[in-house]
Amino acid sequence: MSLTHAFFAILRRDLILAVRRRSEIANPLLFFILVITLFPLGIGARPQLLQAIAPGIIWVSALLAAMLSLDSLFRSDFDDGSLEQILLSPHPVSILILGKIVAHWLVTGLPLLLIAPLLAVFLGMPQPAIGVLLLSLLLGTPVLSLIGAIGVALTVGLRRGGMILSLLVLPLYVPVLIFAGNAVEMASNGLPVTAQINILIAILLLSLVLAPWPTAAALKMSMN
Amino acid sequence: MMPPSPLLQVEGLSCIRDDRELFCELAFQLGAGQVLLLEGKNGSGKTSLLRILCGFREPDAGHIRWCGNPISDSQYYADMAYVGHLDGIKKELTVLENLNLALALGQHGQYAIPEALTRVQLAGYQQVLVQALSAGQKRRMSLARLLVTKNRLWILDEPFTSLDKQGIKLTETLMTEHCSRGGLIVLTSHHDLNLTDVDVQRIHLS
Repeated sequence: MSLTHAFFAILRRDLILAVRRRSEIANPLLFFILVITLFPLGIGARPQLLQAIAPGIIWVSALLAAMLSLDSLFRSDFDDGSLEQILLSPHPVSILILGKIVAHWLVTGLPLLLIAPLLAVFLGMPQPAIGVLLLSLLLGTPVLSLIGAIGVALTVGLRRGGMILSLLVLPLYVPVLIFAGNAVEMASNGLPVTAQINILIAILLLSLVLAPWPTAAALKMSMN
Repeated sequence: MMPPSPLLQVEGLSCIRDDRELFCELAFQLGAGQVLLLEGKNGSGKTSLLRILCGFREPDAGHIRWCGNPISDSQYYADMAYVGHLDGIKKELTVLENLNLALALGQHGQYAIPEALTRVQLAGYQQVLVQALSAGQKRRMSLARLLVTKNRLWILDEPFTSLDKQGIKLTETLMTEHCSRGGLIVLTSHHDLNLTDVDVQRIHLS
């Protein structure tokens, strides 16, 4: 059977699995909403301050929600031996793994995108900035899944890899945070954001092309 | 009778784990229709050897060749199938969904899915979630996976675990049939292998 068929079979399988264990979708989304709603309570009645730091709050929360969801990417497949069977496929492993990463983003990244406009209004973000926020999340969250996959692949064989995972992955998330946060802030002030958006597109394309290979190689190492 | 020309060739294989030498200078050849049974006590390196044959572990020395090519070649992965300690089956999916995925990852083989399920006596279980199956039934499902995908070399790690007498007999019948079609099998087992008219080589690891 063809490689595209295998890619979509993996994608479909992971989506079915996510629907059958719903907590996987709900957990990062709930975390995202909770963190953002706690900020106004902690800061108090200072709408100007809240409005000024809104891009940062949303993006940092998205980053942490993505981190939280990463472990589920390969964990169950590693534990029940499905990962062994994927690695033994004659198809290129990096493409099959890309299918898993895309499914992971659809399950954990896309819901954040859908709820973000509501939370942005809640934090008092100006209208034009909300569109840019959505665009930056659309370009940025897939990068979080792609880069995160490398880190999870390296730590999936360790029993307590959580701390190492954050140390490995968070520094690599920083460029996305800087450019995305900056784009939303500039848009709030009515300034052009083409440069930041272009850089985010470049980061997304680069990680889309480059991340699956080290992920596949790291998974083979973790099998040992 | 001339021995069949070797398809799987292993030369000078060594494996060191935690400063302990599990085996060294291991060599064997396996041709069409032959079975290799690995024997030895717990911890003697049987599973490590199988995982090296699967390419999960690098051998510390030596070569493995399939049809004359190194096993990093994608042709090897198109020809082999592995059933390990872990079943590699998702328990939240149905029997049919699991087997369809196995087909998507490989190529169509000898049997269609309904026929294969009939062979392993799981007919009628297509729409059942795997978590509702018993351990022995999951093992039978792993056998069904071997039947529906195209492969020549079976690598089986303790295939008889948690199977009942009937299941063991069934596995042996399927193995005999696989060999008569020119297939190869490498397996570990504590169970006495009872295969008729099959050339079984034995390696004792100590």
